[in-house]
Amino acid sequence: MPRMNMVQAINSAMDIMLDRDPNVICIGQDIGYFGGVFRCTDGLQRKYGEHRVIDAPIAEGGIIGSAIGMGVNGLRPVAEIQFADYIYPGCDQIISELARLRYRTAGDFFAPVTIRTPCGGGIRGGQTHSQSPEGIFTHLCGVKVVMPSNPYDAKGLLIAAIEDDDPVIFFEPKRIYNGPFDGDPDKPAVPWNTHPHSEVPAEYYTLPIGRAEIVRPGEDVTVLCYGTMVHVCQAAADFAEVDAEIIDLRTLSPLDVTTIRQSVEKTGRCVAVHEATRFSGYGAELAATVQEECFYSLEAPILRVTGWDTPYPHAFEWDYFPGKRRVAKALEQVLEMS
Amino acid sequence: MTRTPRLHIPHPPARPGADPDFSYVTRVPAGSVPRPDPHTRLRDLPNELIYDIVRVLDDEGTAVGPWDPGLDPDELQFGLRHMLETRAFDDHMLRMHRQGKISFYMKSRGEEAVAVAAAMALKPSDMLFPSYRVQGLQIARGRSLVDLMNQCLSNSRDMCKGRQMPIMYHWKRGNIFSISGNLTTQYPQAVGWAMAAAIKGEDDIAAAWIGEGSSAEADFHHAMTFASVYRAPVILNIVNNQYAISTFQGTAGGEHRPFAARGPGYGIPGIRVDGNDFPAVYAVTQWAAERARSGTGPTLIELVTYRVDAHSTSDDPSRYRPKNEADAWPYGDPVERLKTHLIRFGQWSETRHAALVEELKAQVERDWAEACSYGTMTAPPFLDKNELFEDVYADMPPHLIAQKKQMRALEED
Repeated sequence: MPRMNMVQAINSAMDIMLDRDPNVICIGQDIGYFGGVFRCTDGLQRKYGEHRVIDAPIAEGGIIGSAIGMGVNGLRPVAEIQFADYIYPGCDQIISELARLRYRTAGDFFAPVTIRTPCGGGIRGGQTHSQSPEGIFTHLCGVKVVMPSNPYDAKGLLIAAIEDDDPVIFFEPKRIYNGPFDGDPDKPAVPWNTHPHSEVPAEYYTLPIGRAEIVRPGEDVTVLCYGTMVHVCQAAADFAEVDAEIIDLRTLSPLDVTTIRQSVEKTGRCVAVHEATRFSGYGAELAATVQEECFYSLEAPILRVTGWDTPYPHAFEWDYFPGKRRVAKALEQVLEMS
Repeated sequence: MTRTPRLHIPHPPARPGADPDFSYVTRVPAGSVPRPDPHTRLRDLPNELIYDIVRVLDDEGTAVGPWDPGLDPDELQFGLRHMLETRAFDDHMLRMHRQGKISFYMKSRGEEAVAVAAAMALKPSDMLFPSYRVQGLQIARGRSLVDLMNQCLSNSRDMCKGRQMPIMYHWKRGNIFSISGNLTTQYPQAVGWAMAAAIKGEDDIAAAWIGEGSSAEADFHHAMTFASVYRAPVILNIVNNQYAISTFQGTAGGEHRPFAARGPGYGIPGIRVDGNDFPAVYAVTQWAAERARSGTGPTLIELVTYRVDAHSTSDDPSRYRPKNEADAWPYGDPVERLKTHLIRFGQWSETRHAALVEELKAQVERDWAEACSYGTMTAPPFLDKNELFEDVYADMPPHLIAQKKQMRALEED
């Protein structure tokens, strides 16, 4: 089976869908001739032409607004927003239009748009190239929110997203495009090719949206995480020598509550981890859900490990980023409580 | 002497108590603006298209000049009937709001030609992206008033299943998109729809409407940029009815240049047309449709008109403009002008007109009775409450199934 990094897996997903379905088109800034600033669309315009892999003006509202119109007219647009930090000018189109079009027209109109956007920190991007705004979008009714943590999932989930009749916001954790990252910036970069999930079928396959995956079974504490933090949490469990059950949520909305419930009922403890800021963040939803679903199984308060409630800094990135030691500390803490 | 910048704050020409003053409205004689070939390059188009106003009907009701579309009497009578139907529908629905039968309404009095003539100039398969004051599009495309009334009543046959406030219609089969309360969002969507038509090699075009006030939204800029860049087959209409609720068109930037002048800045031809002149609106739409359908490109049309009634049933224009301002509008009333034109050429009469008004009034009342038989806000049949959870997603996810059960359990308690 071929080995792929995240970029290649994402590229392969779009390649396959452009090939299989004449209604699939890609649109975004720098995605066509140039192949994308992260190379995710490399070669696609050459292969499918500039009417299907479309270079767009720098106008996120225009990219998303026009993608909605295309979706209404029978296409399956895959829109790229170059950085999640730049998605906000398109938010009226996402929140008021894309998410609610099916509802407000009682199913008569819908737009099967996939919005791909790189997110997250760890690349010295400062506050305009490092944000994790997923919690803004999980708050919406009518869009699905996906964030893969490895090449195999990225390809299967992106194909599923493109085929989905509902809009999907597909967050790509850019720190792990080229290799898994355990949160330690001083270690040499690790490529994907030694990771088991870099074995990616060349052909079409899908993974179901709405299903989490237990990436490491364990008995003592359930760790809920996604994206880059899946790798950080595994390193943290090793570092703290904790028998943690690590769940990669993969889809943030709709959430796979069943997998979470079964795990927490077994472990009795739960830590939710994300890069995004803490207050009113996605971890709060996870904590609330876990206590509603598993209150009588819980042996300790649910803890959150998140980015600090500050803008994402440039100079103090590794103090900000919730790395291995912060997660490890929370794991130790939650095991000491009872 | 020191000078400091001083902001210019736009003011409408007259506030309550003052005499109406429309001296700011460009006046040109009917027939004076040249009609270039629709495939003319932007740089070769005459400035009169933007700075004058395309008019066909003169003060006597004669159709004059190069923009006369030469509609036959049947077509003009069709247009007149549908403008009158729109007006009768609006009047009835306002009364129903006053009687507490519906929660909200927005009339289009004075702006009927903007919608009805445009709908007639386009093909039924062209996709329309309306704003909230172009109900004439629906009516000219043959939609039953009962359907529109059902929506306003949120009754058992409401096409929105009670999910939108009154007047936010859509019509899938009639190729009319859903109305959004968030303004101008439909503009880039219409451009995207048109881009998709071109990508698929189809010759249907898109047309969108916004008010002059909402041309200030970022989505206006997005739509104009995308339409221009990709030469999308789309017609972008700005209905300049002078007011955005209480906000005078000057506050949207209309004092310095006509809204039509925004087109050339983007590389898109702009045309200003008398929105109360039925044949002129038809002709300009037809010109823009020819450009779009043949791949020449998009057109920005400014339709100059006047919002005769309140913005909505939640508005009271007597608080911000003179009461009799509508009577002073220099370009008259679209229904009266088309009627005069038809009568002048022996194709209509006061008697036939009065009979048609009565016929439509009776029809609207019959339609209202039928709509009410499908339920009202207070009388059954009602929509099924369980529908509240449908259509959020294509398939209902587990958390909504759980919430639906939760709501039903409350009912059973």
